[in-house]
Amino acid sequence: MPSLFKQIQAGVLWDFHGGIHPPTRKQLSNQKPIAVMPLPDRLYIPLRQHIGVAGQLLVRAGERVLKGQQLTSADNSMVVPVHAPTSGTVVQIAPHTGAHPSALPELTLILAPDGLDQWREREPLNFASCDKAQLLTRIQNSGIAGMGGAGFPTHLKSGASQPIDYLIINAVECEPYITADDLLMQEAATTIVKGIDILCHLLNPKAVLIGIEDDKAIACAAMMAACSQRENYYVRAVPVKYPSGGEKQLIQLLTNKEVPNGRRPLDIGIVMHNVGTAFAIAKAVLDDHPLISRVVTVTGNTLNQPQNVIALLGTPVSSLLQLCGFQPEPMQRVIMGGPMMGFTLSDLNVPVVKTTNCILAPTAEELPAATVEMDCIRCSACADACPASLLPQQLLWYSKAKDSDKLNEYNLADCIECGACAYVCPSEIPLVQYYRVAKADIREQQREAVKAEQAKARFEARNARLEHEKQERLARNQQLAATRQQQQLASGANNTVAEALARIKAKQAQAAVADNSDTSSAQLHAEREQKKQQAREYQQQKALAETAAPEVEKTTPETQAEPADARKAAIAAAIARAKNKQQQTSATDNSTAELDPRKAAIAAAIARAKAKQQNSVTAERTVTQEAPVSPSTEVSSQNTEPDPRKAAIAAAIARVKARKQADDDTL
Amino acid sequence: MSFKIASSPHQHNQKSTSQIMLMVIMACLPGIAVQAALFGYGVLIQLLLAIITAWFSEAFVLRLRNKPVLPRLKDNSAMLTAVLLAIAIPPYAPWWIIVIGTAFAIIMVKQLYGGLGNNLFNPAMAAYVLLLISFPVQMTQWLPPLSLHSVTLTPLDAICSVFTQFSCSGFSLAQLQTSVDGITMATPLDTLRTDLSRGLTLDESWQSPVFFAFAGSGWLWVNLAYLAGGLVLIKQQVISWRIPVAVLASLFVLSAIAALAAPDTLAGPLFHLFSGGTMLAAFFIATDPVSAATTATGRLVYGALIGLLVFLIRNFGGYPDAYAFAILLANMAVPLIDHYTRPRTYGHRARSQTK
Repeated sequence: MPSLFKQIQAGVLWDFHGGIHPPTRKQLSNQKPIAVMPLPDRLYIPLRQHIGVAGQLLVRAGERVLKGQQLTSADNSMVVPVHAPTSGTVVQIAPHTGAHPSALPELTLILAPDGLDQWREREPLNFASCDKAQLLTRIQNSGIAGMGGAGFPTHLKSGASQPIDYLIINAVECEPYITADDLLMQEAATTIVKGIDILCHLLNPKAVLIGIEDDKAIACAAMMAACSQRENYYVRAVPVKYPSGGEKQLIQLLTNKEVPNGRRPLDIGIVMHNVGTAFAIAKAVLDDHPLISRVVTVTGNTLNQPQNVIALLGTPVSSLLQLCGFQPEPMQRVIMGGPMMGFTLSDLNVPVVKTTNCILAPTAEELPAATVEMDCIRCSACADACPASLLPQQLLWYSKAKDSDKLNEYNLADCIECGACAYVCPSEIPLVQYYRVAKADIREQQREAVKAEQAKARFEARNARLEHEKQERLARNQQLAATRQQQQLASGANNTVAEALARIKAKQAQAAVADNSDTSSAQLHAEREQKKQQAREYQQQKALAETAAPEVEKTTPETQAEPADARKAAIAAAIARAKNKQQQTSATDNSTAELDPRKAAIAAAIARAKAKQQNSVTAERTVTQEAPVSPSTEVSSQNTEPDPRKAAIAAAIARVKARKQADDDTL
Repeated sequence: MSFKIASSPHQHNQKSTSQIMLMVIMACLPGIAVQAALFGYGVLIQLLLAIITAWFSEAFVLRLRNKPVLPRLKDNSAMLTAVLLAIAIPPYAPWWIIVIGTAFAIIMVKQLYGGLGNNLFNPAMAAYVLLLISFPVQMTQWLPPLSLHSVTLTPLDAICSVFTQFSCSGFSLAQLQTSVDGITMATPLDTLRTDLSRGLTLDESWQSPVFFAFAGSGWLWVNLAYLAGGLVLIKQQVISWRIPVAVLASLFVLSAIAALAAPDTLAGPLFHLFSGGTMLAAFFIATDPVSAATTATGRLVYGALIGLLVFLIRNFGGYPDAYAFAILLANMAVPLIDHYTRPRTYGHRARSQTK
């Protein structure tokens, strides 16, 4: 098995799946030389004529421009500028019906030619002595975009840094009727080959393959003659079959390679340019003649003189048709592009743009309008014709069902919309139209999905941010608490504690005296009381631990040491803390807003503490017997019946009094 | 000036569904002619009845479904179904057989599933099975070729037989089935089947006058005529070669192996290919696009499956001929076949590699 390159050199051709053989009807227009279109009254130059973005306008309405003058800037790589096709005055820059199936208006520069056809200054380049960047800039600034139909910026395709095996020049022109490339090759083969030389200089491919359908014998011979001095330029006559001029199909035809799904030809070392693009490159580099005109096939049986015309970009279709003797029928169809992939125009003021290769005005007889769509009979003639090996009848089914999952499973995205399926469909189902709608739906769904994804991401980010802020706030508060504590320690909080301790001791002594005076039966009671005190104290501690845990720790051992009066100690400590906090809060005024509720709490705590203190002072003797009022009365009643009750009553009275007093105080 | 707006492509090859259906019907004509010449004019009367019934049934349901009647009658699909059923049933079956069958095919099997393009089963074959199961006697009364008849049948006799079950001269179908020497004759497939079940060998059975050359007397010519029509359809690219070739190849290979393994009890490949409805089924019925597999590989599988089922049913099943059952069973397998035989899309790896 010889290597692929050897096979290609030997002239082996491969085949692609499917394809159709519609009547080509190329003789209508390929028998006459290319005519030159006289200057029209107005030129309509859309600012964007390629895949990408429009450049910034460089001229204003009313300004005079010279032929070849750049009208928009090429400030980034996706921009391809447009140029003035002739000298004249910019009349207006306004929306005008575009050369697009949608016929939506797009921003268009309207130029009134002055008839002088006066060129701007030109500086031809000698490409052999230019570096790649210079050539690519020239190609971009000359406004060259793929002229085969897609309009992809040429400089992007030519500036590949990857090694290139094959540069394929697409001169297949497989669509019926169209002969623009055919005539261009017949008349300008040498210029085209110079353009290919420039592309080779840029891409450095192993070989150049020029694919031409074998019904273009003259063009083929002209190209062969022009290439005869070049090594590794191979002109290949491919059999007539639609759509062999499709990029992927031609690659398969000439190299037996397939462009993997979702990749570009570049990824398998192949770059393909249209033959018209090669011509435009040569003109741009060697003559500094930007892309301002192109060959357009004007054909169809409603024209008296179907022919190829060199038309300035921006020439309205009506002028072209008029030139060729247009005899419209009622409900005339005027198609921009070929009969397989072109689109009908609703307005003949649509201008010729960089991708316009054909204006077709057929009679109803030669291209009968589609009749009523019938049911699919699953004959799968479409599947046999599909060059991408899809199953169009399944795609139709799922398109009708709007089942985008299934459509993806059946690779709708690989449909090149060549129209072969609809051409063969016996039920005359406009399959391509169904697929276009389905593709648009899927694109819309994907856009929605992306939007939803973004919204979700934003929402999650927001949640994370809020959570983060919350954590930060907590950390800050904790830090503040810590510093507060340190301040406390530094500013002699110890003294207050010590004082409190002293007070406690004093009280203890007093209590001890009181205890001694009590009866021995009261001793037991006191013990029980003590335990309860402890429990209560523990709870209080727990509550306190949240705000000032370390302090509590410090105080607890002491309170445990003197269990009888632990409560007092705790109260004292609480007061001390509260005072401290008060001090601090007044010191840290900036955080008042946050601390406000806390302040109130502190105030309340202080009030409570004060009340209790007073309470304990006024009813000091009853302090130890205070609690048993409710739960332990039953137990105590067994032992000491009359005394504790009296004491309890007394205590209660005392408490009430104390509360009253406390209330008065706080009020 | 107003312009017509249309979506690309603007060109069409002008081969329409109704033309395709009509071409299939035309390609049946040689077979029908041979059948009429060798087996009598019954088949023509059946055709007439079937087509009229089909049109009426189709129009009736379309009217019920609020669909335009005339454009859909013009697609010729109902007529094709009628033609296929009419040539599949015994030519002297009573008139109501074909009327019931055609009405069932159009109304139940085709229209109730959603009309043209939506039926799971081949309408003609589903109707054939319905008739075979419901009216086994009428559906198996095949007359021998005219050359073996003890009495000659005129066209008028044919009409009388179909409508009254007696010829004009008063012979019943059973009497007509009897040969000159008083033996009741059935189709070659039937004869062979009965003989083999009686313990006769293939060679012994072959003595019956219903056999001729390597196939059945008369049936050989009918099959050859359908083969010719089928080849024209392939040539005209109306049908794809895949299904007929697969059906015939699988039946041929299987019966060849069987004949080698059991030469006394299993008939050879040529007998199978040129007996019964083999050619009619392979070229005209199995290729019905609606109910057949749609992928290229799938069609080969589908055809081979039909061949296998026919071989099994003819040799080991309960019916002498088996195309109706085989095709219906294969119809059921079509979604599965299509699912597993999807072609590799350009630029994609084979499905087995991606999944």
